[in-house]
Amino acid sequence: MDAGITLMDVRAFVPELTLICAGLMVMLLDLVVKKKGILAAVGIAGTLASMYATYKLFGFIAPQNAFFGMFVLDGYSNFFKLIFYLNIILTMCISVKYLEIEKASFGEYYALLMFATSGMMIMASAADLIILYLGLELMALSTYILAGLMRKQPRSNEAALKYFFLGAFSSGFLLYGISLTYGMTGSTNLAEIAQAIHMTNIAGNPIMYLGLIFILVAFGFKIALAPFHMWAPDVYEGAPTSVTAFMSVGPKAAGFAVMGRVLFDAFGAMQVQWTTVLIPLALLTIAVGSITALSQTNIKRMLAYSSVAHAGYMLLGIITGTVDGLTSTVNYLMIYTFMNIGAFSIVIMLRREGFQGENIEDYMGLSKSHPLASALMLVFMFSLTGIPPTAGFMGKFYVIMETINAGYTYLAVIAVIFSAISAFFYLRIVVYMYMKDPKDEVVLSNSPSMTIALAVTGVMVLVLGIFPSFLLNLVRSSILG
Amino acid sequence: MSLQQMFFMYFAIAMTGLSLLIVTRKNPVHSVLMMLLLFVHIAGLYLFLNAEFMAAIQIIVYAGAIMVLFLFVIMLLNLRSEETVAKYQKQWPVSVGIGVVLAASLVIILSKITVIPQLGEYSIEAIQAEGSLMTVGKVLYTQYLLPFEIASIILLVAIIGAVVLAKKRIQ
Repeated sequence: MDAGITLMDVRAFVPELTLICAGLMVMLLDLVVKKKGILAAVGIAGTLASMYATYKLFGFIAPQNAFFGMFVLDGYSNFFKLIFYLNIILTMCISVKYLEIEKASFGEYYALLMFATSGMMIMASAADLIILYLGLELMALSTYILAGLMRKQPRSNEAALKYFFLGAFSSGFLLYGISLTYGMTGSTNLAEIAQAIHMTNIAGNPIMYLGLIFILVAFGFKIALAPFHMWAPDVYEGAPTSVTAFMSVGPKAAGFAVMGRVLFDAFGAMQVQWTTVLIPLALLTIAVGSITALSQTNIKRMLAYSSVAHAGYMLLGIITGTVDGLTSTVNYLMIYTFMNIGAFSIVIMLRREGFQGENIEDYMGLSKSHPLASALMLVFMFSLTGIPPTAGFMGKFYVIMETINAGYTYLAVIAVIFSAISAFFYLRIVVYMYMKDPKDEVVLSNSPSMTIALAVTGVMVLVLGIFPSFLLNLVRSSILG
Repeated sequence: MSLQQMFFMYFAIAMTGLSLLIVTRKNPVHSVLMMLLLFVHIAGLYLFLNAEFMAAIQIIVYAGAIMVLFLFVIMLLNLRSEETVAKYQKQWPVSVGIGVVLAASLVIILSKITVIPQLGEYSIEAIQAEGSLMTVGKVLYTQYLLPFEIASIILLVAIIGAVVLAKKRIQ
């Protein structure tokens, strides 16, 4: 056994440590602070501190053996951490008022958001399947609790239970896959697995294939790929809306982070095998997500199916198996973060005391009374559909372009067809807002932090749509560097 | 068939049978007791792998602590009424069919091992030289220190979750 763990190793872990400590601090402050909005501010400050640590460590070449080669700090993980930071800050901004209305405002909520995010960060940096699994469990356990936060509501209980059971089930798949892989390669380290596959030439071995499939099934659950998406609509509908916004982005991004790393770094030699598995999954996901969303009347369910469809589009970038494809997927994820949280912010604004505001019909004539909010919703819906000049168009454009470059023209054609179908249910909201008369008066519950979140998401969706190359170059240089 | 293989066969068959019994019993308490037996058998399998420490932990933690919790919960819930409700949903034959196909493919694949798998760092000889407990302890506090600490945060989250979901006062 070589030298033990040094301060250099711990240095690579500082962002996660900062976030966990800030989470603990929020828990302690919860005892003395009566106004829970302050806890959100503390949480955001902690996240910013963690973000600063990541920024300072940017370009810091973590020793290749940080924690005995289990933990890497590279551009890829740093960029994903940026997505997680944005996700949690925006979620905290839109939560404050909403939780007061739901009468579920307590400090543990913010602490759990931070623990879940640190789990995602650990996943993004994991270079060992054991760390990956533990990060995934930390993220998942926190989100199960968040989904069931409103203990008095049956549908929140249902959401938490469903998410928990299926999550535990998928963890079983992951562990089975890891153990089969370990049995064949003698290691849980991603680089060593790749080396063992290369040395012993077992890429075509059926047991390796089986292990790979099990691991992919587990990741499929986390990013809600069809046919492993069954939990998504119920959980997204039942969970508190702010939590839905959080978990429609965070766990999905973390799932893609580990999927990209495991497939490219460990199973790079088995690309033929994993594309064979992923292509039908991607097609099914896009089809199921787009078609089932058509018949939804609850906007949270509709956005759940829409997020399933988006996972399918993002998967196309990974299927290409090239660095450019991976770049387009990560780029899409960043854009998706802004447009999806933006859409959920509007959904949250409609919720007020004694009014759920989750039916699509509640949006009737919104433009008459609230032109600005309707305009923002219009931008988010256009972006989710993929209509220029919004960011969503650029995200889809790059993914589909890379798919064609990699020679999967038929995949690109099918993706575009379903993208057109999906326009129906996104634009239906726009039609309701602008072309119908209001049923009864809608009052929006606004707050300063909500305004900030909406401004950031709205501006980013437009700016990234008009100047897309900035983000794409940032992603590319992070992944390559 | 050597003596070791005969013992392994016994454990394998007994565990499969016990697992089937767990999911088919009507009375949940019976299921839990079958599970207790299953855990003891799993501990036996660990002994085959020269992992005495794991076997002891398996008995103490799973067969001891976790089983007691299971029994407590079942008795608290008072599941008598559950027994009359149909146990399986309508689609169970389909599920069984898919399960059998999956199991069969698993058996076929596993029987086709053509390469000798790579062995890990900790061979039986290496563990025997130091002792099972010593090896686990050394590895846990050096190489696997980070996973070990992450697990502590997971436990913290579990405690917070229990308090939030069970005790928090909500108007």
